[in-house]
Amino acid sequence: MHFLANPARFLRIARPATGWLLGLGLLLALAGIASGLFLTPPDYLQGETVRILYVHVPAAWLGMGGWAGIAAASLSQLVWRHPLAAVAGRAIAPAGATFSFICLATGSIWGRPTWGTWWEWDGRLTSMLVLFFLYLGYIALAASERDRGGEGRLAAIYGLVGAINLPIIHYSVLWWRTLHQGQSISITGGSSIDGALLWPLPLTLLGFTFLFVSAVLMRMRGELAEAKLEARLRRAAAA
Amino acid sequence: MNPWPFVTAAYGITLLASAWLILWAWRTMSRSEARLEELQRR
Repeated sequence: MHFLANPARFLRIARPATGWLLGLGLLLALAGIASGLFLTPPDYLQGETVRILYVHVPAAWLGMGGWAGIAAASLSQLVWRHPLAAVAGRAIAPAGATFSFICLATGSIWGRPTWGTWWEWDGRLTSMLVLFFLYLGYIALAASERDRGGEGRLAAIYGLVGAINLPIIHYSVLWWRTLHQGQSISITGGSSIDGALLWPLPLTLLGFTFLFVSAVLMRMRGELAEAKLEARLRRAAAA
Repeated sequence: MNPWPFVTAAYGITLLASAWLILWAWRTMSRSEARLEELQRR
């Protein structure tokens, strides 16, 4: 992490990585979407609506993963004063908010034919909605702090406090057994989903993750260029 | 209930939202880097 503390070194890696991640992400996401739509069989219970899960599940993981990234950047900023941590936090937030929105919207669309309702104040759904609002709050707070010339410490504290919501989202299906089904896939315990339905999921997960990271890198490059530009203009005005 | 309008809507929202994110990030980055380059050339 400290290896990337130098913006010039970071840009040397980020410039080629942006294009590669974008290209690979598009390829994998489109392959996963096409496979999920046309190559997998319908589920015996959910029927064709099971196909929505190929975009809903990656969006949920990325919405949560985005906030984990913000929390890591916040910790890095508050403890080690990493020079790119605030930039990283501000760059992750719009991508995380977008995927949280996708998760909520696709979940709601899946819920109507499956559960018979667009929305239920269930533990998982509510905590995910809270995550989306946390993102909006972070975006507003970080932008106002930057505009006032602050270092982004308030946003970093907010980012760390907001991370409390991540275990709540994760364990909500165990703590409050209401409408949302329990965990189907675990890193350690395998999957309860049949292999015939599961295989496109890693494609969309990896594809959308690459797209997410490429969007974050683009935002970081944009912010670094803006900062350089402002510094040059300030120096020119002072001279 | 015909499931396909729901499936199409879910995929449509996903594609639109992720395309918006990528295009917005690309546009803001290109604009900032182009402005910086122009200033450096002067």
